[in-house]
Amino acid sequence: MARRARREPRVPEAPVALDPLGESLASLVREIFASETAGFDAQVAAAVDEVTLTVRPEDVPAVCSICRNDPRLKFDYLRCLSVVDYIESSGEFEVNYHLYSLDIRHKMVVKTRLPEDYPVVPTVTGVWGGADWYERESADLFGVRFDGHPNLVPLLLYDGFEGFPGRKSFPFHDYDEW
Amino acid sequence: MQIQEQVTEQGDALDLMVNMGPQHPSTHGVFRLVIWVDGEKIARSESHIGYLHRGSEKLCEGEQYAQIITLFDRLDYVANLNGELAICMAAEKLMEIEVPERAEYIRVILCELNRIASHMMFYGVYGLDAGAMTPVLYGFRERERIQDMFESVTGARMMHNYIRIGGVNEDLPDDFGARMSTLLDQLERGIEECDELLSQNEMFLARTKGIGAISAEEAIDLGVTGPPLRACGVPEDVRVSEPYSIYDRFDFGIPVGSQGDCWDRYYVRVEEMRQSLSVIKQAMRELPGGEIAANVRRIARPPKGEVYIRTESPRGDFGVFLVSDGSDKPYRVKVRAPSFCNLQALQAMLRDAYIADAVLVLGSIDIVLGEVDR
Repeated sequence: MARRARREPRVPEAPVALDPLGESLASLVREIFASETAGFDAQVAAAVDEVTLTVRPEDVPAVCSICRNDPRLKFDYLRCLSVVDYIESSGEFEVNYHLYSLDIRHKMVVKTRLPEDYPVVPTVTGVWGGADWYERESADLFGVRFDGHPNLVPLLLYDGFEGFPGRKSFPFHDYDEW
Repeated sequence: MQIQEQVTEQGDALDLMVNMGPQHPSTHGVFRLVIWVDGEKIARSESHIGYLHRGSEKLCEGEQYAQIITLFDRLDYVANLNGELAICMAAEKLMEIEVPERAEYIRVILCELNRIASHMMFYGVYGLDAGAMTPVLYGFRERERIQDMFESVTGARMMHNYIRIGGVNEDLPDDFGARMSTLLDQLERGIEECDELLSQNEMFLARTKGIGAISAEEAIDLGVTGPPLRACGVPEDVRVSEPYSIYDRFDFGIPVGSQGDCWDRYYVRVEEMRQSLSVIKQAMRELPGGEIAANVRRIARPPKGEVYIRTESPRGDFGVFLVSDGSDKPYRVKVRAPSFCNLQALQAMLRDAYIADAVLVLGSIDIVLGEVDR
């Protein structure tokens, strides 16, 4: 009697539900960034309640400055900049730029994927001044280099700290007492 | 021409570095500010943070969801409940949990109380920064009353660990209504008393009016949120622009300033306490009975996905970016701490200020280093 192979437990996915503002933004973003003429290799999708726009790392400053300056988008407020470590599953870092428009009150995430061996993305400090410390912090904790950043020195960690404690590969509990 | 050159040469030669902190009472924690002065004026300044970095975000990746809540208590340790609310809301959004009405009301009442407590602390300490010794006694008196109330509800004065995914931990004590009505009366009087004591004091006005001003455009560009942004005249409040929980049911105003200077940042908070009081009163009137928590599995396993939650903490836009891989521990938690971003604007605020004002400008941002460093 053949034994049935054990199935991996199915991991449920979070539901995606864009509100009307999000729907109209998604089609607008598709029109601006994902068309052939735009020249960005961009994908538009959605995560839970936000529109996501995935672009190549080198296009990030151009895409962000369109996001900020286009009167239909007007993303004047950088809510958050974060790095997520997906090295175990795909060998990449993901940089997320959470944007919000104080005028139109719509929101979006710009995402880009960086390979593990070359985690470099151009800075967006020229687009939003507030990106400065976020980028320093991400460089500190994840070792992502933000090219063109005016002052990419350690922010949270002390000078001479070895390693990148935000990464999954950084050991969790076995540290030395000092 | 020659004279000017000489002056600049001399000015450069006289550039003096002044180190403030990391251990300095006016830094409100462990924060180091390095200032280069040119005479009495601040030529350049540099902030050094990270002395309190505990790796909270990384710690979250090693704990189950119910265990994370207590870590969020320790981020903004002056407004603990607001932090707890943010992480619980993030998990609830992923898991599509409907929070019972009563729990939502309890959350709003306690979070607004926490806002008043936090602003009261700011009020007292800011008076102290300006050289007024009395306000701190009044501010802490009001805050202590709120802490007593928290103790009777949550069992702890500060690290409450009270809000749960899907609701709250315990129901309110029996005498809550009676005690609240006394507390609200006391607070109402207390806020007015505090306002009268300091706001229009001539010396306080001289120390804060027109000091450390930034423009609205600059504030938005630097990602400033909360009272410092509203002081610039931008009516941005997450409770209104993107209402969460049940904030859309209450009627309250957004106090805004006009100059974006220290006094505006101070007074926006005083005004905000009044608005919070009004929200609490409305919520107390409508407080329904019923369940205090949704039926959630003890070990929460949110589905795979990522969510970004914004809440209005006393310091500004408190955001949580939660990435779940479907297990009982989060894959990544990123905290968007309002003090962290507001502190970035310190350099802009200190531009052309006098060195004597540095303490007041820093105090007006109302930073909590637990949140800045995480």
